Amino acid sequence: MKETESYNELLPHMFRQEYAKMTAILCRHFGLKHIEIAEDIASDTFLKASEHWAINGIPENPTAWLYTVAKNKTKDYIKHLSVFESKVKSDLDSNKSVQSDFEYNEQIIKDSQLAMIFAVCNPANNYESQIALALQILSGFSVEEIANAFLTKRETIKKRLHRARLNLRNNNFQIRELTKEEIESRQSTVLSSIYLLFNEGYFSKTNNQLIRKELCFEAIRLTKVLSDNKLTNTSQTNALMALMCFQSSRLEARTDQKGEAILFDDQDRKLWNKLLIEKGNFYLRNATIGKEISKYHLEAGIAYWHTTANKNKWRSILQLYNQLITMEYSPITALNRTFAFSKVYGPEKAILEAEKLKLNENNQYHELLGYLYTQSNIPKAIEHYEKSMELTKSEIEIKSLKKEIERLKEKTTSNNVYKK
Amino acid sequence: MKEFTLIFRMSDFEKVKPSPEEMQERMNWLASIASQNKLVDKGNSLIPNAESAKTVRSGDVVTDGPYTEIKEFIVGYVIVRTEDIDEAVEMAKTNPIFKIGGNVEVREVLKRD
Repeated sequence: MKETESYNELLPHMFRQEYAKMTAILCRHFGLKHIEIAEDIASDTFLKASEHWAINGIPENPTAWLYTVAKNKTKDYIKHLSVFESKVKSDLDSNKSVQSDFEYNEQIIKDSQLAMIFAVCNPANNYESQIALALQILSGFSVEEIANAFLTKRETIKKRLHRARLNLRNNNFQIRELTKEEIESRQSTVLSSIYLLFNEGYFSKTNNQLIRKELCFEAIRLTKVLSDNKLTNTSQTNALMALMCFQSSRLEARTDQKGEAILFDDQDRKLWNKLLIEKGNFYLRNATIGKEISKYHLEAGIAYWHTTANKNKWRSILQLYNQLITMEYSPITALNRTFAFSKVYGPEKAILEAEKLKLNENNQYHELLGYLYTQSNIPKAIEHYEKSMELTKSEIEIKSLKKEIERLKEKTTSNNVYKK
Repeated sequence: MKEFTLIFRMSDFEKVKPSPEEMQERMNWLASIASQNKLVDKGNSLIPNAESAKTVRSGDVVTDGPYTEIKEFIVGYVIVRTEDIDEAVEMAKTNPIFKIGGNVEVREVLKRD
């Protein structure tokens, strides 16, 4: 009885990761061109598992059980499907002789996963498609789940995935052990796709905490695949991992039970995940063995300082942002840099810096100016907060901006009372 | 938008090596331009010491040190992107080099293509 209950918990979790791994192994077998066959066999296998395990309980070695079923299904598939003979086999034969049996072991699973990550993070697709594809193929998310994460219609995601898959199939990437050259030429794309996947979770438009966390942890899991492989365990990989660990350590603390954002200064530090901070420190040390400084190094450095209570940290944070913005411009870096500037030199000087940015259509720009004017000019602060409310689409942000405006209005009226 | 090279010049060798505070000020200045997305090239610092600089003249004449005939030597450059030369000049005015007796030459870049 107990076993049939726990299968309900085990299966969805296992499903995603094992499904993705199995698809990768089967793609190694069939070739990326026939990824649909691989996926069909993998999902048939898990369907069978869900039926069988519900009745008989979880087998002693679930992974072995799954792969045995998958092997049998592959054999059946090759035996019974006449289409295979006429169409597919000729394709496959040109690559290698097809066997109905396939190998699997820890190393092959790891290699196939790594190759699959490199196949999916393919410059032939734009980043949006890459992330959607990564979630589907590498992480086993359903179309529904991806649509929820992006706050996008199912149909849009479906179309996006369809196009991306076409590109993937036509790109002759082989799922096998990667060469050093392949890794070198593609790794920066892979890292930035994972980085964006993480940000999609961390700064997600959705209120759903569970989805946000899952996206973040998927990004970490994929990076772990990279850091577990000697060829991909580079300084940048470690820096990215450190960055994601530090950021994730605050996932619990940055929203309240209603999903509303809690600002950094108001967060309960006890809710920060110490284990993740320690992991971040570990990866950051690995990342700084060489001389290389990438944007991941700088961002990891900033995220590191945020986990400390050091009083002088803002000076270091500003320095890192200074380096980051001269390396690569982005509005969000410019805004964060100006915030750090205000922490070091005060709001008066920071207002001068901020007004040079001229990001008038950016809601966060007005939020920053609102914050900077809070001490010196409340009507102006309110004006900027209101402008920010007009520009943002996020319900959570609108709520917290409203709250802040209310607070400032009360402050002015109570000040007037004092004057009287 | 046009591009301008800001050329930094000094006349006192003693003051070339910046203190940490001066370094921070310089970085703040550079990052401020980058934050406006107006930095084309963060350029380089040029070492003016005798062992790191030579001047080559006609007739195979080589002398140690930078070209100092105008009693000044170049210590670095940065390329910015602005609407016009006036904006580039305004940027140059905020550079901390004036605190240590330096000056900035602003020159429009001629783009060939």
